[in-house]
Order: sequence, then structure tokens, then C-alpha cells
Amino acid sequence: MADRPDAPQSDARAELAVEIVGLHKWYGDFHVLRDINLAVARGERIVICGPSGGGKSTLLRCINRLEDWQRGRIVVDGIELTDDPKHIVAVRRDVGMVFQHFNLFPHLTVLENCTLAPIWVRHMPKKDAEELAMSYLARVKIPEQAQKYPARLSGGQQQRVAIARALCMSPNIMLFDEPTSALDPEMVKEVLDTMVELASDGITMLVVSHEMGFARQVADRIIFMDDGQIVEINEPKSFFANPQHERTRLFLQQVLR
Amino acid sequence: MAAMTEKSYLRTAPAEHLPPPLEQAGLLRWARENLFSSPGNIVLTLVCIFFIGWTVPPLLRFFVFDAVWSGSDREACLASPQLPEPGACWAFVRVWYSYFIYGFYPIVERWRVDIFFAALAVGIGWLAWLSAPRRDIGAVYFFIVLPILSYVLLSGAPLLGLAVVPTAQWGGILVTIVVATVGIVVSLPLGILLALGRRSDIPVVKFFAVTFIEFVRGVPLITVLFMASVMLPLFVPERLSPDKLLRALVGVALFASAYMAEVVRGGLTAVPRGQYEAAQALGLPHWRMMAFVIMPQALRVTLPNIVNIFISLFKDTTLVFIVGIFDFLRTIEAARADPHWATPVTSVTGYAFAALFYFICCYGMSRYARGVETRLARAHLR
Repeated sequence: MADRPDAPQSDARAELAVEIVGLHKWYGDFHVLRDINLAVARGERIVICGPSGGGKSTLLRCINRLEDWQRGRIVVDGIELTDDPKHIVAVRRDVGMVFQHFNLFPHLTVLENCTLAPIWVRHMPKKDAEELAMSYLARVKIPEQAQKYPARLSGGQQQRVAIARALCMSPNIMLFDEPTSALDPEMVKEVLDTMVELASDGITMLVVSHEMGFARQVADRIIFMDDGQIVEINEPKSFFANPQHERTRLFLQQVLR
Repeated sequence: MAAMTEKSYLRTAPAEHLPPPLEQAGLLRWARENLFSSPGNIVLTLVCIFFIGWTVPPLLRFFVFDAVWSGSDREACLASPQLPEPGACWAFVRVWYSYFIYGFYPIVERWRVDIFFAALAVGIGWLAWLSAPRRDIGAVYFFIVLPILSYVLLSGAPLLGLAVVPTAQWGGILVTIVVATVGIVVSLPLGILLALGRRSDIPVVKFFAVTFIEFVRGVPLITVLFMASVMLPLFVPERLSPDKLLRALVGVALFASAYMAEVVRGGLTAVPRGQYEAAQALGLPHWRMMAFVIMPQALRVTLPNIVNIFISLFKDTTLVFIVGIFDFLRTIEAARADPHWATPVTSVTGYAFAALFYFICCYGMSRYARGVETRLARAHLR
């Protein structure tokens, strides 16, 4: 279905992985995103932080069109996101997403979770899809759990399955929406380690997170969002050492205490 | 004070892993825990024992010990010196049972009905046995081969040398099974489509689904059947108007679909938003997302309700008698009026037989659904 000749193809030569221009979004009367402009280069790793309710997750979810917006435009991998379902599906095939609450499919085994999209979206033969899934499960270090159902796994393991599931679609861009916020403290590290390993691969990453240690370690740029706006963008060193805005400074005092 | 607290509450060595306290196995313990655990329970237990003692022996006496099992007419079931208080007249059921099964279906053609029953049993067994081989072929057989085969067998096909049997001659368990099976098999997919329609973003689809569901739900089944059989001929010329049984079938199936739609919709709302989002984020197009991610979860939580509708549909088939179709219950009604068998216990026996048949079918469905539920629950925790 998505392989029709007139379906838009992602343009790997496009210089920008994500381009957001003049984005505005309202929930009813509430102006949740205000004039967002952002260009993410291919292979760039970006961490978005800021107080809750600041629009971080909403912005991330606009990039694969889980959220609608009212004004502005978003271009992902050379495909402009319009109302055209073909464009939306094309972008989603190309962008992997990891959710705060994992959102694994509880009625499918770990392996089936990973092979569902390759089989039904990429039309891959079942055997190839399973091989691919096993290789990614091995990469997130849980190949032995492949035949289990998600409910039998710990939170950290579930989140790693979710990462493997997204990677099975061979995305160019990965979105992480607070991937460690729902985890018990001792499981945060195993997920962050997986993400660090992924970052060294050169995949484009946008991560909404409060894990400042992770941001310092892997981010090329850190974005601070508050009140629906991008308040500050900077590289990690300057961001932590020398925040430009009062609000950033206050936030960092809170989280780094 | 503080020192004392530390001494008494902090442990100095790790606690050992101990086996759970030994079960004092035995009937006595079970009875004490389950039947006599509190004054209220003791009273309830005694009341139940009394009730069982009060009802079960007379029922057993009537239906088993004093029942008449053979005989050729009413004389056998009347009070006699040997049997001053005769019980159920099973002889009546034995004489009439082929009428209960086939109605007025011509006797020489009844082997066709038997083949239909066998073919249906194979289909149900194939699909109901969850680890049966090649269930995909089973589904093709059940949903495509079986309906065609049944139609040819039951209605007849002069080309194949099968005499035509008009549906007016069908009756008994045959009609009950046909109506119930068609109702069940049609209502589930149609109900799913209606539920999806009701949640659709397309206004026309949504409007149609809502109108249909609310209209059908707002009308008693009897009315639907009446409209199908009495009003339809007023608008359609007699020559073109469909068969009476077919009209009743459509009425029952549509009626059940409307209820099924609401049950399935309930299941759909129980699937968390995150499941939709995860499926969308993977790029699954709408229908595949529904088929592989949302529907399996929705149907799973709603399985008890679906079976509930199947059971009530099975019993509602008795209402088709109102448009002159001889279902199982109607054949018993007709038979119990037979003057050859006019005894004080004939009616009771006939109705008891009907109750037994409906109970076995409905309880069977219920047990099977329970089995599937536990199996699904276990599988998800493997």
C-alpha cells in the first residue's frame, strides 16, 4: 500500500533531517506551541528539556504527526508533512518513536511486536523480518526474551524491546518521548546505555528527557523549552556552564541540585 | 527509647527463605474454611443444604426414577396400579423426537439434514479447537464452503438430483440451529463493522452506523420479525419477495449485529490511546492497525459480552415462531397437543426436554468461552 509509485520517498540526500518553520499549535484556546523554528541536521543528536507542560512532548509528537498543528510547516527527510495520508505514512515509516509508557502490544510476543511493522508495512517475508528482529533484540541485549509476552518483562526490558521494535523499521530518525521517566531508578541505566550505544551509530535522535547526564554525554545540542517556546538552544558545554536565560538557569538549578 | 527501638526492630542477620506454612489438607479444613467460616456462612450453608434436600429428590424421582421410558401412546404415561404417580413421559419424546429434529422435512430426504449437522459439527470443532491443524483452511471451510454446501443440501438442487424442500417444511432443531448459526456468524463481523463505523471520522458512515444501531436497538425483536415478514411483502411484489425463513434470518442477524456493535465499541474504548499511537508511529495504515493491534485487544476484553449475546441470540431464536416458522420450541408446542399423548405430564416433559436442549447448548458455549478466556489470560503471561 505504502509502496505505490506515487508515494513520497524519503530523500536521504536532504541535508536536514527535520525542518520546522513557524510552528503554532493550539489545544482549544491554549496556545501550546508558539512559533517554533528548528533545523536538525542529519545525524545530529538533540535533547529537549524543560519544565513539564512546556510543550516538549507535543513538539516531538508533531514530527511524526501524532499531533496536528494549525500553522507552520514541518519537513522530515525531504517529505513535507501535509494532510495527505501518503505523506504521513511515508514519514512514519522513516521515523521511529519510543514512548514514555513503552506502548508494546500486549497480545503479541516480543518477537511479534518487532516483526509486525516490517511484515505489514515494509512487506518483508516473515523469516527475514524475524532474523532482523532477532538481530536488534540481540543489540538491545534481550534476545532470550523473544518468545515471551511483554507483561513478563521488567520495565527496562520492555523499553528496550520498544527501542528494538522501532529500529526494526530501519528509521533514519528516532524520537524518544521521556523514555526513562516511567522506569524504576535501577532500570534507567540499562535503557540509557542502549540509547548511548545507538547514538554512536550516527542515527538522528531527538530525545525529550530530564536525564542531564545523558544530555551532557551524547547531545550535540540541547534545547530548553518553556511555555510553548524554544527559550534556548546550545551545545551541552555552554548550556550547562553558561545558560543565557534566567528561566534556563532556574530550571538547571532544580534538576542538577 | 531510640536504642530500645533499634534493638527490637532492626534485624542482625538476613531473614531466611522459609517454606509456606503446611496445608492442613483434608475435607474438614476445606469445609471449615469455605462453608462454616462465619455465623452468616453457617446459616447460608444450612439453608442451601435444606434447599437441595427439598428440591433435588422430587426432581430426580419425577424425571428419572418414576419416569416412563417406553410406550406407544398415552396409556403408558397414565397413573396405573403399578405406577400411581407417573413421572416424566419420555416415551412421548422418543416417539416424537424425529419431528423435534426435522419438523416436516420429508422423511426420505432427512439424510441431507444429518449430513448438514455433521458438516456443521466438523466446522465448529475445527474452529473451536484452538490448536487444530490448518485453522486457516478451517475458516475457509466454515465461512465459504459450509454455507454453500448447507444451502444446496437443505434447499435442494434439482440439477444435482436433490429434490427441492421449501423452507415451510423445515422445522425443529434444524431451524433453531440454522437461525442461531446464521445469526452468530453474521452478527460478529457485521457488529465489528458497525462499531468501527460508529467511531469513524467520516460523517456519512458514522451517521448511518449510529442510525442503524439506535433504530434496531430501540425496537423489540418481535417487531423486527413482524416487519420482515408482514410489512416487506406489502412493498415488494409477492413473486420477488424473499423466502419467509430468509426474512427471519435477516431480521435476527441484523438485530444481533446492533447489540454486537455496542459491545465491540465498548471493547474498543478499553484499548489505551497509546496502542493506537504506537501502531501509527510504526507506519501501520488504519485498517492494518485495527486488524492486528486494536481489534484483537478489544475482542479479548469483550469476549464474555460477545458470548453473552450469542447465548441470548440462541434463545431468542424461539421468537421466530411468531411469524409462523416451526422452530424447536414450536414443534414441542405442536406435539404436546397431540391427543394420542394427552396426559397430565406430557407438557411438562416436553418443556423439560426443550429446557435441557437449550441449557446444554448455552452452557456449552459459556464453558467454551470460559476456557478461551483462561487460555488467553495464561498465554499473555507466558
